[in-house]
Amino acid sequence: MRICVQAEPFDLGAESAAFAAGRKDMGAIVTFTGVVRDLADDPLEVMEIEHYPGMTEKALEQIAADAITRFSLGDALVIHRYGPLKPGEMIMMVATAAPHRKDAFDGAEFLMDYLKSRAPFWKREVTRGGADWVDAKDADEDALTRW
Amino acid sequence: MNVLYFAWVRERIGLPREEVETGAATVAELVTELRAREERYDLAFSDLSALRVAVDQQLTDFDASLEGAREVAFFPPMTGG
Repeated sequence: MRICVQAEPFDLGAESAAFAAGRKDMGAIVTFTGVVRDLADDPLEVMEIEHYPGMTEKALEQIAADAITRFSLGDALVIHRYGPLKPGEMIMMVATAAPHRKDAFDGAEFLMDYLKSRAPFWKREVTRGGADWVDAKDADEDALTRW
Repeated sequence: MNVLYFAWVRERIGLPREEVETGAATVAELVTELRAREERYDLAFSDLSALRVAVDQQLTDFDASLEGAREVAFFPPMTGG
């Protein structure tokens, strides 16, 4: 398992290739990448991501360990950035490896659902019109009930 | 007790962390003490349903005990991913 909380950009191709390399017993590798999306009616200048150093790493490690146990994953990777990000920049990625496809997909979805609502990150959108903290969605909390 | 604030809670209170002398037995008691300090605290903690709390970097709830705790953090619901 590898957890990275960093300000710097990451190389999706290199990270995916390194994660997938040398796994003869894992038939399925899933990767998901989150990208800063521009706003339709009020163009986004920057997305600022705040986090809780120390707790963030612990929470992500716990979520990844749960995913590994629950879906019998061979491995899991979480990279999440913080600081100011521009539209189109990659915010985060997860990768899962499992013997079969369903566990790899489910493991990645579980990681995403939990890290959205249980890892201490907060997004703030800055537009020409001002700055606003992004509200948590009920749907994100509801998503946890399916697991 | 080291008390930390994040996101709009930090903005409303006006600082990211502070050392608080407290005899509070639970998070709820600590909140009551903080609210009594100044209006900015009272406002920040006016709707606890809009807040989350972590004790020693573990998510918990407002009834949680502070026995042996070194760090308490208050923040809005998380928006990662």
